[in-house]
Amino acid sequence: MVSNAPAHRPQAAGLPTPMLPQPFQIQRVSQETPDTFTLVLQPASGTAPFCFLPGQFNMLYAFGVGEVPISISGDPAHTQILVHTIRAVGTVTKAIQKLKPGRVLGVRGPFGSHWPVAEAAGHDIVIVVGGLGLAPLRPAIYQILAHRAEYGNFELIVGARTPADLLYHKELERWRGRFDFRVHVTVDSASPAWRNNVGVVTTLIPRARFDPWQTAALVCGPGVMMRFTVQELLQRGVKPENIYISMERNMQCGIGLCGHCQLGPYFICKDGPVFAFDQIEKWFALREI
Amino acid sequence: MYDGLAAAADLPRGWTDEQEAGSFRLKPQGNQAFFGCTVGQHSWKTFLLPPRTKLWQAERQGHGVEIVPHQEQTPKFAFIGVRPCDLHAIAVQDRVFLEGPYVDPVYQARRRLAFIVAVNCTRAGGTCFCASMGTGPQATTGFDLALTEILHGLEHYFLVEVGSDQGAEVLQEVPHKPATTAVQTLANKLIQETTAHMGRHLDSDGLKELLYRHYDHPRWDEVASRCLTCGNCTLVCPTCFCNAIEDVTDLTGEHAERWRRWDVCFNVDHSYIHGGSIRTSAKARYRQWLIHKLATWIDQFGCSGCVGCGRCITWCPVGIDITAEVRAIRESEKEE
Ligand SMILES: Cc1cc2nc3c(=O)[nH]c(=O)nc-3n(C[C@H](O)[C@H](O)[C@H](O)COP(=O)(O)OP(=O)(O)OC[C@H]3O[C@@H](n4cnc5c(N)ncnc54)[C@H](O)[C@@H]3O)c2cc1C
Ligand code: SF4
Ligand code: SF4
Ligand code: FES
Repeated sequence: MVSNAPAHRPQAAGLPTPMLPQPFQIQRVSQETPDTFTLVLQPASGTAPFCFLPGQFNMLYAFGVGEVPISISGDPAHTQILVHTIRAVGTVTKAIQKLKPGRVLGVRGPFGSHWPVAEAAGHDIVIVVGGLGLAPLRPAIYQILAHRAEYGNFELIVGARTPADLLYHKELERWRGRFDFRVHVTVDSASPAWRNNVGVVTTLIPRARFDPWQTAALVCGPGVMMRFTVQELLQRGVKPENIYISMERNMQCGIGLCGHCQLGPYFICKDGPVFAFDQIEKWFALREI
Repeated sequence: MYDGLAAAADLPRGWTDEQEAGSFRLKPQGNQAFFGCTVGQHSWKTFLLPPRTKLWQAERQGHGVEIVPHQEQTPKFAFIGVRPCDLHAIAVQDRVFLEGPYVDPVYQARRRLAFIVAVNCTRAGGTCFCASMGTGPQATTGFDLALTEILHGLEHYFLVEVGSDQGAEVLQEVPHKPATTAVQTLANKLIQETTAHMGRHLDSDGLKELLYRHYDHPRWDEVASRCLTCGNCTLVCPTCFCNAIEDVTDLTGEHAERWRRWDVCFNVDHSYIHGGSIRTSAKARYRQWLIHKLATWIDQFGCSGCVGCGRCITWCPVGIDITAEVRAIRESEKEE
């Protein structure tokens, strides 16, 4: 068991690490959009690697303010740093936004299920994201690109409200320059200077090249976006068990003990957040569940 | 209610309870029984999963933070008079908190030390339906000692069943003798009568599937028009385990603590995510509670989340009855 307590203090018999935040120091902050930023973190002491699978999340604790679930958005191969992309929307995320490099955050995790990246080897890959949904999928993209030869066609479809809301601008540009996968970008609205697609992400799905019978589709974004995207993918013949989506609920413990993240029979924190569509289809269709 | 006992004289000897939907009354029983009361508003989760627990404290140190787990001297409890339904409720919470993938350390430490003296039920409470849920009125496992209190003519004694080595050790210190067949027969008869006199019944046959078929049943609107979303039912329920995290800080901002407290799925905040709560209507919240208890719980933990103790019926201020709600849904299928 790891503890932050100095040596003179007795190790607690009680709380195991999953309930105890570990201090991580902010190395770098970069602004993605007006309200979204990316943090690069390192353990405040020691150099223990942080290993995770794409799609997993951490609980981030802002001192004295509170704790929120945030997906890991960095490269799973880079275990010396921890990367999170956060939109400042409320109490805790705004408190985190105020922290400068050098300050410390509490981290619990990684928790939850992952995108089936390794499992999808041999398949075509379609990734469809809306807005912040690119953050939890970026680790999957890194991992696929690192093992590119193991996959068939790879199509990435990125949607945002406006060009200013696109995450990872420079990286998207770099990806678009590559010849080993296709990146489609669209926004809901833009000024005439925007030379790319305008419209919702679903309009780009018919353009993507993949063999529906041999495709794994990974989808993340706002609820409505996921609903329509899944419909479109099903229509193109992708099997429901090969479509994966990431779900969101209130989370407090992250470890299946507080009851807040329930979706029907599932605890999103331990059974999710990533689910195969056939697994949750029934619950996904219901309101106020 | 459950509280500290210093001596047998602290037991509510000679008292019994009268329970109905939305009502609970204590009255003298006219005998000297120690365990004449069935279950009240408290359950043993009060001790195993305290309503408020401090998890850790943190100090700001320059730019850094030091987080230190809260040290608790684990209290060692002996629970006296645990009813069979509540033994099952403890077993249900064991599944929730001990069977992973993550274990709750506070629950685990307290649970490990608890000594349990069960009491079989020789009278059904007014809202009990343990027989339907297969959880009573006789204790079968999960105790150190199980008592049956027998008042027969002028005689007053306990039949004891030993459930563990520790139970046997404790029994060594109490005067006792082997039970005769006649005594055992009498005890069995009393327990059987309890089953026969149980006023409520919940048909659990295919219950999960029934509820999964009826997420959109009009009965949810109907019950929501009566439910006050006060959450009493969840607080008295011996298996409800939802808890919320509270992060607090002192005025200097240098010292922070994390507490955990019981939470209630009837609160709108329970399902809050940025942009609004998931379950805003009373209908959705009542449905979440009932379907969790009786259906999704089975998928989650391999057992029902209801042990038929009847507390939620008794302590609901408007007398909503979980057995009646299920019956209404079941019967509507028959009418179709
Ligand atoms: C699995 C998962 C992954 C996520 N990944 C990211 C990510 O990579 N980047 C990002 O910016 N956001 C992510 N979110 C959403 C993020 O957790 C919320 O935006 C955040 O909790 C808002 O907290 P707040 O205190 O700033 O907002 P407030 O509106 O002030 O919320 C108050 C409290 O409500 C709870 N809460 C509010 N919204 C949510 C929510 N959506 N999910 C869970 N609890 C909530 C939290 O306890 C929060 O502290 C993720 C959510 C989940 C469930
Ligand atoms: S749901 Fe009601 S009857 Fe069932 S265990 Fe909980 S309080 Fe008792
Ligand atoms: S069912 Fe009764 S006890 Fe439960 S929340 Fe509704 S009014 Fe309160
Ligand atoms: S976040 Fe507590 S059970 Fe999932």
